[in-house]
Amino acid sequence: MLVVTALAIVRLRNLFAVAMLSGVFSLLSALLFVAMDAVDVAFTEAAVGAGISTVLVLGTLALTSRVEKPASHSPLLPLFVVFVTGAVLIYGTLDMPNFGSADAPAMTHVAPDYLKRTPEEIDVPNVVTAILASYRGYDTMGETAVVFTAGIGVLLLMSGLRRRREDDDDDDDDADADAQGAEEEGGVY
Amino acid sequence: MRHHLILRVVTKLLVGCIILFAFYVQFHGDFSPGGGFQAGVIMAVAFILYGIVFGLRKVQAVFPPWVVHKMVALGVLIYAGTGVVSLFLGYGFLDYGAFAPHHPSHGQHYGILAVEFGVGVTVTGVMVAIYYAFAARPARLSDEEW
Repeated sequence: MLVVTALAIVRLRNLFAVAMLSGVFSLLSALLFVAMDAVDVAFTEAAVGAGISTVLVLGTLALTSRVEKPASHSPLLPLFVVFVTGAVLIYGTLDMPNFGSADAPAMTHVAPDYLKRTPEEIDVPNVVTAILASYRGYDTMGETAVVFTAGIGVLLLMSGLRRRREDDDDDDDDADADAQGAEEEGGVY
Repeated sequence: MRHHLILRVVTKLLVGCIILFAFYVQFHGDFSPGGGFQAGVIMAVAFILYGIVFGLRKVQAVFPPWVVHKMVALGVLIYAGTGVVSLFLGYGFLDYGAFAPHHPSHGQHYGILAVEFGVGVTVTGVMVAIYYAFAARPARLSDEEW
């Protein structure tokens, strides 16, 4: 179903449908994460991917146009690059341990340690929260700072654009007023 | 959206529930899936939904842009401040044992709550701020064109 949705997103030219389908895509991947027992990740994906991004994409859509322009160059080269990258990625997964296998490196190294220590040291039922906020508190602070920086960046970009446009409008008005003034003066003389 | 009566009524009913759910996800993150990031997004969704249905001016009357912008910074400050407080109490940076020296796991609970609250505040602020930034620009498409 993910593949079908992705193909539909590629084929469609109507950007409104594409925005909705990418929401559907996020929701489907959230279901996939639930099926793999990664509930926290699924939660985030459903909230951010299906919720907020769809709204933001629609907001952007309102500022541009509704239909995608036909491509001006041949899609063969990008298609080739995508296929090669995909093949390399799939080749890379061949080495990975099976899903849920007990002797995967992640399961033998730190995970048992965290699982053993969390009930004693932190006493929180949700081990994900314990690792995220306590054992890896520095990392999470970095993530919060990243979110903060991203927000500030978007704000600066958007507000800067708006101010410049208002300035332009003002200049135009001034110019018009000057022109009118000149005409009137010309009329008097 | 003035003509969508059902949307308006349902939104009014839902916004409260969404905010309540956000607080649940925020403060119940130790026990169930969720935490600051998810709760922040859900909280932002409540305001964004309100903004979409009732218009930008109404939602900005409830949640003014200057508050949003302060929240963006305040969350990081709460997070880092938690670390600094534990530093002043004689423990390591972000070592939550500092908040209840006789019962370290309680200290961990307080610390996690404070830190997650900081994350939630920042994420809410950033999401709503980005939405405001996009929605505040005049749209080129009119309602009928959709």
